Amino acid sequence: MAALPLILTVFVACAVEAIEALTIVLAAGLTREWRSTFQGMTVALVVLAVIVAVLGPTVTLLPLTALRLVVGALLAIFGLQWLRKAILRATGYKALHDEASAYLREVAAAEAAATSSRGRVHDWYAFTLSFKGVLLEGLEVVFIVITFGANQRDVGAAVIGAAAAVIVVTVTGIAVRAPLARVPENAMKFAVGIMLTSFGIFWGAEGAGVSWPGHDGALLGLVPVVALVALAYTALLRRTRAALPTSAPTSEEVTSS
Amino acid sequence: MKRLRSIGAFWYDFVVGDDWRVAVVVVSALALTALLVHAAGVNAWWLVPVCAFAALGWSLRRATSRG
Repeated sequence: MAALPLILTVFVACAVEAIEALTIVLAAGLTREWRSTFQGMTVALVVLAVIVAVLGPTVTLLPLTALRLVVGALLAIFGLQWLRKAILRATGYKALHDEASAYLREVAAAEAAATSSRGRVHDWYAFTLSFKGVLLEGLEVVFIVITFGANQRDVGAAVIGAAAAVIVVTVTGIAVRAPLARVPENAMKFAVGIMLTSFGIFWGAEGAGVSWPGHDGALLGLVPVVALVALAYTALLRRTRAALPTSAPTSEEVTSS
Repeated sequence: MKRLRSIGAFWYDFVVGDDWRVAVVVVSALALTALLVHAAGVNAWWLVPVCAFAALGWSLRRATSRG
């Protein structure tokens, strides 16, 4: 696989997570204090960079067959979960992730919390909120960067895709000073789910010992097939849901991320 | 102990997600593929995609029939 599809896949996956992290950072910064928020964000980004710097080269040292089997299995599981969630959201069985309402929830919690300082951090609540948000959303990106990068023996290209997404989302967020609610987040998750599932199936089966017809070219067939299956399930569930008497998602589904 | 449990729960949720059956199907499909390739000499490249699509459909059906 050339570097461009790798960079693009990581870029879109990272952009989705960066949008969710931005919502939390904005809530902490605008309602509490920017300095502590940036401190929390910076520490989280450093932790994520250290994880990539340590795990990336280590994972690359593993034999390719074993690496593809393990990473392929993880990516396929991970991708199918993304796809499952995206299909349930696209068909109304699960509420769409709403950055605007997520932002309002975070703002309400941030306004209610008391201020306390620790060491060089003036507002510990803003620091931890920002740190946790960036770290937790960033872990999925780290997983994708390491698995895609290690399999292609090109962690650097994956890092470029992730860094570009963080920069684009951050700059846009600073420019509009609001959560990026208009971004088609579910469509992006749908696309990433298709890519993760396709690469997971391809690498996992290859690691198990199969020889794909057309070798690497099989991926060009596999991606559209996964997309078609996902779209077919979406169409089928839409038809089923349309026939139901009530169509509102449950409260548990509304709050899930 | 509580912290250890919450770390375990986080990683389980992170990797396995909402439906553990999907993970079981994918791992089983890969194991069966390896068995077919190495023990029976069958180039079963089709097995993992078929099982993955079936697992997705099964999981969606379970999720939508609950509500």
